[in-house]
Amino acid sequence: MEQHPQAAGASPALPSGWQGLVADWSSDQRAFKVSWGKAMMWIFLVSDTFVFSCFLIGYMTVRISTTVPWPNVSEAFSLKIGNVSVPMLLIAIMTFILISSSGTMAMAVHFAYLRERGKAAVLMLVTALFGASFVSLQAFEWTNLIINEGVRPWGSPLGAAQFGSSFFMITGFHGLHVTAGVIYLLTVAYRLFKGRYEQSGNYQIVEIAGLYWHFVDLVWVFIFALFYLW
Amino acid sequence: MAYSHGDGHHPPQSFWTRYVWSQDHKVIAVQYTITAILIGLVGLVLSNLMRLQLGFPGRFAFIDAQHYYQFVTMHGMIMVIYLLTALFLGGFGNYLIPLMVGARDMVFPFLNMLSYWVYLVAVLVLVASFFVPGGPTGAGWTLYPPQAILPGTPGDGAGIILMLVSLLIFIVAATMGGLNYVTTVLQARTEGMTMFRLPLSVWGIFMATILALLAFPALFVSAVMMLLDKTLGTSFFMPAVISLGQTLGYKGGSPLLFQHLFWFFGHPEVYIVALPAFGIVSDLISTHARKNIFGYRMMVWAIIAIGVLSVVVWAHHMFVSGMNPYFGFFFATTTLIIAIPTALKVYNWVLTLWRGNIHLTVPMLFAIAFVSMFTIGGLTGLFLGNVSVDIPLSNTYFVVAHFHMVMGVAPILVVFGGLYHWFPKVTGRMLNDTLGKLHFWITFVGTYLIYFPMHYLGFLGMPRRYYAYDNYQFIPPSAQQLNVFITVVALIVGVAQLLFLFNLAWSAFKGRLAGPNPWGATTLEWQTPDTPPTHGNWGEAQPVVYRWAYEYSVPGATEDFVPQNLMPEGEGEGE
Repeated sequence: MEQHPQAAGASPALPSGWQGLVADWSSDQRAFKVSWGKAMMWIFLVSDTFVFSCFLIGYMTVRISTTVPWPNVSEAFSLKIGNVSVPMLLIAIMTFILISSSGTMAMAVHFAYLRERGKAAVLMLVTALFGASFVSLQAFEWTNLIINEGVRPWGSPLGAAQFGSSFFMITGFHGLHVTAGVIYLLTVAYRLFKGRYEQSGNYQIVEIAGLYWHFVDLVWVFIFALFYLW
Repeated sequence: MAYSHGDGHHPPQSFWTRYVWSQDHKVIAVQYTITAILIGLVGLVLSNLMRLQLGFPGRFAFIDAQHYYQFVTMHGMIMVIYLLTALFLGGFGNYLIPLMVGARDMVFPFLNMLSYWVYLVAVLVLVASFFVPGGPTGAGWTLYPPQAILPGTPGDGAGIILMLVSLLIFIVAATMGGLNYVTTVLQARTEGMTMFRLPLSVWGIFMATILALLAFPALFVSAVMMLLDKTLGTSFFMPAVISLGQTLGYKGGSPLLFQHLFWFFGHPEVYIVALPAFGIVSDLISTHARKNIFGYRMMVWAIIAIGVLSVVVWAHHMFVSGMNPYFGFFFATTTLIIAIPTALKVYNWVLTLWRGNIHLTVPMLFAIAFVSMFTIGGLTGLFLGNVSVDIPLSNTYFVVAHFHMVMGVAPILVVFGGLYHWFPKVTGRMLNDTLGKLHFWITFVGTYLIYFPMHYLGFLGMPRRYYAYDNYQFIPPSAQQLNVFITVVALIVGVAQLLFLFNLAWSAFKGRLAGPNPWGATTLEWQTPDTPPTHGNWGEAQPVVYRWAYEYSVPGATEDFVPQNLMPEGEGEGE
């Protein structure tokens, strides 16, 4: 779970495998050799995983239970360029942007631990911009579905009503996560830039923000697969 | 990011920062406890109003069918979520975890403070639903769609919307608190306090909090979906419906999906209130019987096993729902397997009492009462866990009796026991003993008299949640006499709780001074330098733990208990 050796107190030769598991849990004072903030973020993400799992399982269930045929998703989500409708184009761009943002985030964490806070802040800013453009493209996609295709949360001319309801609910909930993440990243980047963590020399805050961001990215992969490829 | 205990940390100065916007876990615990007790009183009054209707049907004009269903719903919701969950995790969890693990506070005190205030908002939204047009929802605490949001159900307008919003807010509060509790137990224990030296109270609350973090998401999702079904007209849970002669716009949703999501939350919820009770009662029994807990490690593993099993049994609430009958086999099996770790705990409590030096103090009385109440209530769970026995019994008073004994009254007895036990630490004063014993006997005997006859009513086939039982040929007239009896006892038990409230209020100011460790307990919270503990809990240095939490009546020791932080002889000199 933990890749970066802690600056101080990296204990030598920890037992691995099952013995390591037992040693972790029965250890004195702390079960995992991580800071409180990082432990709490992991626990939160486990809980949030259950939220998204429930949403996606709910979506799969209503998709099976509905009596009206499901819309043809490659038509519903196609992007019209001129008169040519290209399926999957918009979503491919969005997915590419979000996955790229995970890359810049990882680089930000790398530079934060090298204590090059300028570079780290800039990379976090780039990550946040990727995130913001993802949300903007999502807004564009929603507008397209609502205005041009006539899809509504309570019904859809393309097929089953649950298509619109679950799509708007789940991508909306994910979009809220991305938006919150953008604000979170911008806040941390600003503080990083101002040198707030210079005194303590503890740049783990960047990694904790990164955990959240990678999680939001990972969730998108499942949403992408279950909505666009099914 | 971590909360530092260094020089920069001053205790709060003004009244507002000390008692209102406090980040001290002890103050937050008291805030949680008082709020939960107040809203619990509302739930108690509602239950007595229901009993008035059942005992004396039609005698009280203001309790019509619509109000009756609203009382049923709000009573259940308040008691399960806003009282028991909040009190065990927010109240006991907040107070006990940092003190018992030897920490100075929760790991993120600000988040902890937010947790309380968000919980308060959830309670206020819940209370507000009593005052909106149409009143609170009357859909039953399970809020099953389609009926929960359709016209004809009481409070189908603003009532159900506020209920769902209040639940969503509560889940946010529980998550913020829960993250703190779990992280504190895992990461902020004092020196020497390994996981297997934790008092069982902490283990119970810890496991319950993990369950809360994993189970509340299902409630969150179902509340969001139902809210969308209600307000935007989506059809997640709503099939095509003809209501009052009109075809509604819903089509193709799955009401069963809601039941699955709800019970994926709902069954772990049973253990969210039961596991802290298990833990606390273990400590009460061990302390007041002056004997180490029997089979400590097995008790811990049983808590873990119950926690794990509790997330794979949910559909035993749905045997009559119309789900695939093959599910019944799986869920009946897992349900019955839970009886093994649970029975193990009961045996260990009894074996702890066996040949112990039992002090029949008020907390001990409540603890023993819990074992009895929980065992009887749990045994009927074996009946209901079997599909073939459950089908005739489901939706009768047998079910009402079962869950009230096992997850209503039994945890409440532990709440009382815990409050009597830790009140001296919280306030520095003892609760009045005579009032406490009076309160205990009325509550204990009373609740048996209320719920035991209900098993019989259930066998007679008396259905639950009915407003009135006139004109049902299969219910003999004698059932009504029993209903009158239950109502009278319920009123007495209800009024008797005033004794407890008076005792709390009076003793907080006028009670006998307690001293730091009135029960002679070993756990760390009784070893604080000040009573009540001050900000930061431990004065100069955090305690160091040398042993497990149950060194009672050790042969050769000077006293009949050895505190966890007492340095063993011969150690420390070599340093």
